[in-house]
Amino acid sequence: MGELRAKWKVNVYAWLLLLPSLIFLLLFTFYPVWQTVILSFHQADLGSPEPFFNGIDNYKQMLEDDVFWKVLTNNLWFALGTVPTSVALALGMALFANKALRGKGFIRTAYFYPTVVPMIAVANIWLFIYTPEYGALSHVMDWFGKGDMNWLGDQSNVMWAMIFMVIWKEAGYFMIFYLAGLQNISQELYESAAMEGASAWTVFRRVTFPLLMPTTMFVSIIAFTNSFKLVDHLVIMTKGGPDNASNLLLYYIYETAFSFWDQGMASALTIVMVVLLLAVAAVQFFGLDKKIHYN
Amino acid sequence: MVRKLTSAGMYGLAVVWLFPLLWVVWTSVRPRELATSWTFSADFTLANFAKVWDAAPFAQYYFNTFLIVTGVLVAQIVTATLAAYAFAKLRFWGRDVLFVLFLVQLMVPADILIFPNYNVLRDLSLLDTKIGIMLPYFASAFGVFLLRQTFKTIPHELEEAARMEGCSWLQILWRVYVPLAKPTYIAFGLVSVSYHWNNFMWPLIITNSVENRPLTVGLAIFAQSFETGAQWAEVSAATVMVIFPLVLAFLLFQRQFINSFIHSGVK
Amino acid sequence: MRTVVKSLFSVAMSLVLLTGCSSGTSTTGSSQPGQPAQPGTSETKPAGNTELSFFYPVAVGGPLTKIVDGMAEEFNKENPGITVKPVYTGSYQDTTTKIQAAVQGKTPPDVAVMLSTELHTMMDMNAILPLDEFIAKDGGNEYVKDFFPGFLANSQVDGKTYSIPFQRSTIVLYYNKAAFKEVGLDPEKPPTTWDEMAEYAAKLTKDGRWGIEIPSSGFTYWMYQALALQNGKNLMTEDGKKVFFDTPENVEALQYWVDLAKKHKAMPEGVIEWATVPSDFLEGKTAMMFHTTGNLTNVKNNAKFDFGVAFLPAKKNYGSPTGGGNFYMFKGTDEKKQEAAWKFIRFMTEPKRAAQWSIDTGYVATRKSAYEEEIMKQYVKDFPAAAVARDQLEYGHAEFSTHNNGKVTKALNDNLQAVLTGKADAAAALKKAQEEADKVLASFNK
Repeated sequence: MGELRAKWKVNVYAWLLLLPSLIFLLLFTFYPVWQTVILSFHQADLGSPEPFFNGIDNYKQMLEDDVFWKVLTNNLWFALGTVPTSVALALGMALFANKALRGKGFIRTAYFYPTVVPMIAVANIWLFIYTPEYGALSHVMDWFGKGDMNWLGDQSNVMWAMIFMVIWKEAGYFMIFYLAGLQNISQELYESAAMEGASAWTVFRRVTFPLLMPTTMFVSIIAFTNSFKLVDHLVIMTKGGPDNASNLLLYYIYETAFSFWDQGMASALTIVMVVLLLAVAAVQFFGLDKKIHYN
Repeated sequence: MVRKLTSAGMYGLAVVWLFPLLWVVWTSVRPRELATSWTFSADFTLANFAKVWDAAPFAQYYFNTFLIVTGVLVAQIVTATLAAYAFAKLRFWGRDVLFVLFLVQLMVPADILIFPNYNVLRDLSLLDTKIGIMLPYFASAFGVFLLRQTFKTIPHELEEAARMEGCSWLQILWRVYVPLAKPTYIAFGLVSVSYHWNNFMWPLIITNSVENRPLTVGLAIFAQSFETGAQWAEVSAATVMVIFPLVLAFLLFQRQFINSFIHSGVK
Repeated sequence: MRTVVKSLFSVAMSLVLLTGCSSGTSTTGSSQPGQPAQPGTSETKPAGNTELSFFYPVAVGGPLTKIVDGMAEEFNKENPGITVKPVYTGSYQDTTTKIQAAVQGKTPPDVAVMLSTELHTMMDMNAILPLDEFIAKDGGNEYVKDFFPGFLANSQVDGKTYSIPFQRSTIVLYYNKAAFKEVGLDPEKPPTTWDEMAEYAAKLTKDGRWGIEIPSSGFTYWMYQALALQNGKNLMTEDGKKVFFDTPENVEALQYWVDLAKKHKAMPEGVIEWATVPSDFLEGKTAMMFHTTGNLTNVKNNAKFDFGVAFLPAKKNYGSPTGGGNFYMFKGTDEKKQEAAWKFIRFMTEPKRAAQWSIDTGYVATRKSAYEEEIMKQYVKDFPAAAVARDQLEYGHAEFSTHNNGKVTKALNDNLQAVLTGKADAAAALKKAQEEADKVLASFNK
């Protein structure tokens, strides 16, 4: 009997401990998602003062909306452009920063500092860099006699310009995770590899990279999520233009909700985003996670 | 040879990486007429900063941001510590299910839910308040995971010893676990502060008035406020003012910053 | 569900007390040194004091908030029972978003300056007060008639007035007289027709300088509207329910715009950023530019060369859309505040104040009597360019405004940008825009 009471006590304690977090989780993650699901099945825009149920009309409209598809594909290309590159670069930076003989602190600072700069400030700075004629990039291209380019005003360039800027911002952050991971690799492994006369590349391939896999997975997921979350720069730089060439899903949601006041559609779009991110999470936690953790 | 080349390349990359920062600082101290040209002259001025300080209430923005960031951090530490202990050390009913729920927050963060959360705040009549900005972030799945991992590594014997001395569970937490997890707290604190200092979209839609507007929104509004076209010198000055504290803090404490990350076992 | 949520929430609030912050603690807003006590702080105010929240967007030139704060201070002094609290809410777009959000949140501001084009959307949201009653009580017909008709066009629907013009503009052609002289053009003879403009622009183009720049980001539709008006009629009906994008005249207008870059090579290709055009002009990177008259004071203060301002060149006729912001009042505010707000609006639009505002910013003074004020007469004498925008008002038309303004404008902007970046041709893109707009406006045409 005492044991049961003890167990009961533990349960109560545990739930009390979790209560504060749970309240906020409920209020600001689960309840809103639930509300959004419901609202996504209603027509709630400027033409309908009272929201009314309209089944899957919002979703149908969304699938027929060219801008939606553009925005979705943009986001996927954007993820493709930023995730592998920034992760790979971060790994390279970490390897270098770990081994650098001179100015280790300088190197780490130089790579990492963009992380502490707000995206909004980053956008301001890069908007100026990318400005044709007297932006920094124009000046530099001038030196090399390459003539001017309208980086943000041309559909073919704008994505690349954005991708590069985001890589600049993010790579340093991921570098830290790799630095942490590298610390955890026991020196003995390197020593025994050295004794066998393995080349640097082989060491990397056989020792470093596999042992960093958990870090790589972790960092990739964060990078992928970020590529959907990061839209601050669009507010300052292109607002999604030209002609939606740089538009991303979250920014489209923002436009739909706060510019068009089409709440039904904004809800439907939010649900699409939530489902997408959850799907990625599922892949990581139920699929890959099992395969790459050695413990 | 290859090594020398990659070395040089990486140093070069560091210079390229530094360039935007140098550029914006440079432009902010040039007189506005010279802001867009690359002539080297000895002309430097602080007039841009004076103008910016005058034109928008940056002092208020600093204060707001500071309040928001601190408020969120304190709340997060409290809620995350409690929850992490429960997950790390207690066996209880529904533990795995709840854990998955926390996981969901990691994948569906408040940033994605700006629109529905806006509606929630509206229902609570908390629009245009600093509290409103902070609330959705009070529960931090990230913090819970970090701390749980750390707590797990703390040997159970310590807790048992404390219990035998008659400590209540709250005291055990405070006396045993929290001090041992200090590096984790620092790492988490740095991530949280950095994140909320930089947060933009959410405060943008929540705040209207100057009393509640943080730095990021203030900067954006300032930069976009020129119907006459971008005033690069002033925008650069404003940008420098906004990023200065964090960059300075980072420069001074970068070793601790990075080390705490490494040692907190963030994988 | 909501009450459960609310009670859970209040439990959680105990945590919040740790942080010790509340929305009530406000250090005064725009803290300018040397200014008298800021309006709106909770200090000792006589009982029965009416406080008005006043949202306003960008001004042009000068320390933005100072000028408006100054005017509010004056009003507060002259009206001891009323305190106006100005809240600077960012760009026009930001301000509109803020106001719409506030309306949705059932806490509208008491008075605000917002784009005149938001009229139909505001009416759809049932957010704004019709002003005729207030006009009848205080101001009357002479007041309304004193505003330039070009500006009233975006303020009235079905003969009812819903907003009062405050900071309004038209697009004008700025041109670099020194550059003109350089290539052998008469600096006192700016181009007056489309053909002339293309010809001059081509002549003025050289390495490191373009002949002309017409911005195509941000307010793409606005610039396009000018060209369309110069070739025919406006892009929408007055009631904001129908749009006309794919008429042959409009296609011709768009083609002309594209040709300036493609054919005549006098303008950069691709989207030209709104924010950089004025600095381009001041740097001499472009010899001519289309831009808002609101830029006038900025250009005047910063141009190192002799410059001129002219009507936009004509095709079939001169034409320009108006632009800028009006005063609005909102439903859901209490009566006392409404009366106070109306007083404030009358104050801000008094002729001498309108004149001063125009001089400080470059916007057109919205009332005819403002141009009779001494300070204005003197200013126009010293600086004739100031009168150009006003004179062009004869050919001014309502700015593009429809129901569901946001969506329709986006459809037009996107397709215009597609053509300007060479990804679509004018006729096809305008047809697409027309179809998209028709779809959006369908529910208003039932």
